[in-house]
Amino acid sequence: MDNLLLETYVWPAFLVAGHSLLILVALLLWLAFFMYAERKIWGAVHLRRGPNVVGPFGLLQSFSDILKYLFKEVIFPTSSNKAVFLLAPIVTLFLALSAWAVIPVAEGWAVSDINVGILYIFAISSLGVYGVIMGGWASNSKYPFLGALRSAAQMVSYEVSIGLVIITVLLCVGSLNLTDIVMAQQTVWFAIPLFPMFVIFFISALAETNRPPFDLPEAESELVAGFMTEYSSTPYVVFMIGELANIVLMCAMTTILFLGGWLPPFDIAPFNWVPGVVWFLLKMTFMCFMFSMVKAIVPRYRYDQLMRLGWKVFLPISLFWVVLTAGVIQYFGLAG
Amino acid sequence: MTLTSLAFYLFATVSVASAFMVISARNPVYSVLFLILTFFNSAGLFVLMGAEFLAMILVVVYVGAVAVLFLFVVMMLDIDFAELNEGFLQYMPIGATIGLILLLELLLIFGASTQLVSQSALPQATPEGMTNAEAIGRVLYTDYIYYFQAAGAVLLVAMIGAIVLTLVKSENPRRQSIAAQNARRREDGVELVDIEPGQGL
Repeated sequence: MDNLLLETYVWPAFLVAGHSLLILVALLLWLAFFMYAERKIWGAVHLRRGPNVVGPFGLLQSFSDILKYLFKEVIFPTSSNKAVFLLAPIVTLFLALSAWAVIPVAEGWAVSDINVGILYIFAISSLGVYGVIMGGWASNSKYPFLGALRSAAQMVSYEVSIGLVIITVLLCVGSLNLTDIVMAQQTVWFAIPLFPMFVIFFISALAETNRPPFDLPEAESELVAGFMTEYSSTPYVVFMIGELANIVLMCAMTTILFLGGWLPPFDIAPFNWVPGVVWFLLKMTFMCFMFSMVKAIVPRYRYDQLMRLGWKVFLPISLFWVVLTAGVIQYFGLAG
Repeated sequence: MTLTSLAFYLFATVSVASAFMVISARNPVYSVLFLILTFFNSAGLFVLMGAEFLAMILVVVYVGAVAVLFLFVVMMLDIDFAELNEGFLQYMPIGATIGLILLLELLLIFGASTQLVSQSALPQATPEGMTNAEAIGRVLYTDYIYYFQAAGAVLLVAMIGAIVLTLVKSENPRRQSIAAQNARRREDGVELVDIEPGQGL
């Protein structure tokens, strides 16, 4: 009896906990160095040095920043709603991290390889807006509130086109499972036949994660710092880690949906010796680099331009592609 | 006591408790937040029943879209709590009547469920070797395709209705001409004027 209990509950729970911990630690380390790499890239684009003081080449800059934030005093605005104010960054971070439970970084390496993996990620990433709205409302101040309203409208708009892009990919795969989606790209990565969708997904991902050129929720020239205006110290850093984790999640999503996940570019000798996880990380690094470059070189959009792009350009194009893909698959009998 | 039933009681308790908080919370924003918690726990219950597709759709549609709009609207309302509570006694008889009718209906259904529901309409397990989404798709798009299309048409009419109702017709609408904005060049808007000293423009 005791042995059964141990084997059915305790041991698997222990295994899952260890696996999750490993993924989380790796992810947080990745985030720390991603933050550093981003600042170096922006520095290089602006002909500056970027962080170069803390540690060799400034490698430890992110850690010193995080420690600095943690040791500062947490300030609550007088008329803020304290419970919701604290809950907002926690929600953001929790959602951003929990989506990683289903990401397969190599064959069979996902913590949980569920049937509806892609829907799970879509659901979790569509909840990211709550952190922003709650933070903006609980601050009880003008600019955070305006930032939260902008963000809510923006994220809901771009989710529509992200959803349609995902549908085109799913039509080609015929499964909602992330491992199946990667395995369906063995002949050709979806970035090639579905190239327009790849571009739309990338741009929508920028808008969904409030990255420049769509960072209107925190546009400093208009709204001070948007929904983060009243945040300081630990809640602020939690918010920031959550946002970064969302960005890296979008990079991982792009890798899985369009760049063939852990698959090597060509299934021949020197390429398929390299373990899958290395390919996955390389592709993710490439996507993260693209995110950083866009922030460094593209000026911010106006809000009406942002809405027009989402509803009047991306939505019709992606709807058309859904119909086209479905038609082609049906006509040539490619459905699996 | 297995892990599944433990999880069921957890989800069920939290969803009933948070559903109660939705109607009893004094701050409407709290109500919406508890509503979100209720949706989440219902999604958990769906997963326990093996309907993971429905669970995810519940989260995507209700939590990700509908509740965001609720929260959006509720946050922007300027609510005076004293005024809100003033009409309570006035409206209580109507509310109580509606609640009573709903309760009676529920009791009727529970009492008569064995007779009313024929065996074929009872939920059946997903066929072997088929995922959830596939099973739902097969039923929805083959057996009930016309009802599905009709539902889509009703939603479209509702959407057009909402747009027509909120569309404000003005004499002189200010429309943007995106083409004109994009066609604008620097020379159209900026002019370099060499001003003589002491002359002014």
